[in-house]
Amino acid sequence: MAKFRLPANSRIQPGRRHSTSVGVKNVKVLKVYRWSPDQGGNPRLDTYEIDRDSCGPMVLDALIKIKNELDSTLTFRRSCREGVCGSCAMNIAGRNTLACTKPIDEIEGEIRVYPLPSLPVIKDLVPDMTHFYAQYASIKPWLQAKTPAPSNRERLQSQEDRAKLDGLYECILCACCTTGCPSWWWNSKRYLGPAALLQSQRWLVDSRDEATGERLDDLEDSFKLYRCHTIMNCTEVCPKGLNPAQAIARIKGRLLARG
Amino acid sequence: MDSDDRPLSPHLQIYRFPTTVITSITHRITGALLALGTLGVTYWLIALAAGPQAYAGARAFFGNGFVQFILFLWTYALFYHLCNGIRHLGWVLDYGFELDQARKSAVAVFVAAGILTVVTWLFALSQ
Repeated sequence: MAKFRLPANSRIQPGRRHSTSVGVKNVKVLKVYRWSPDQGGNPRLDTYEIDRDSCGPMVLDALIKIKNELDSTLTFRRSCREGVCGSCAMNIAGRNTLACTKPIDEIEGEIRVYPLPSLPVIKDLVPDMTHFYAQYASIKPWLQAKTPAPSNRERLQSQEDRAKLDGLYECILCACCTTGCPSWWWNSKRYLGPAALLQSQRWLVDSRDEATGERLDDLEDSFKLYRCHTIMNCTEVCPKGLNPAQAIARIKGRLLARG
Repeated sequence: MDSDDRPLSPHLQIYRFPTTVITSITHRITGALLALGTLGVTYWLIALAAGPQAYAGARAFFGNGFVQFILFLWTYALFYHLCNGIRHLGWVLDYGFELDQARKSAVAVFVAAGILTVVTWLFALSQ
């Protein structure tokens, strides 16, 4: 069921202010979601002032600068800093994106940073992704084939069949789409969400996979697949420019054609 | 630590929705309003069947300025739901999924519904 308000323990309180040193000309203000299991209580929104002129171009640079210079307790995930690992997915200025590819200067005024929406928070900007990964695992994201593989080489695919995977295989599982989907917010226990469904389509179109029928049987469910109402926020937020909404519509079309 | 003690990260409270998402929620709201509106249609049909006196009452009711205003909004809801329904039909046919197309069609639905509503009312009031 749709719960429009946050639980009482999750409502955000005003937080502390961490000022930059005096005499800085180009100040950028970030407001960052904070919650620590050691302190408990309700989450708060802390304010950080940073010197834009001595900071790298991306929001991740600003977060690292805060951690290095203002507040070492700030916790967030990051790894590749170039948009291929998906670790630093978070909600920046009201939209889910990767902090490492989001330029600071694209955001006017103060930058609000929250963890990915509608997930249990482990600490600060680090949400618990267990359920998201479990949903991904539930679609069996691996090649299933009864035909034995050729003994002397890999399973081959024509260039045309390989091209069908374009726009699907590039997903980095950052969860920007799934945690930005209102339908998933209200039904995350039973609706698989755009990331897992895009991956379903990736295996459905794979010419080497022989479990298409079983995969479709599994998806033919009023919640797993059909809670998608083509809201399109998944496609709007995907930092890799993929189109989960279209992938899901094509699964629905496949089921319709199968009858 | 028990995960139940963990706060839930904010969602609806902090999200800045793009136009495509606004069209989706508007589709649902207009759908609910249309269901309510069928009560008005039913009342009008019953009055029509019940004879001249009842029908005169219904005419007076629907001629009321405030009711006319509600009817105007309801007409918009009807055309919005129709236009966005056609947009959904395109998606069923795998057409219009590119982000640029989806954004433009979202705006087009709001505008087209407005134009159809005004034209309908101009026609109705000229009779």
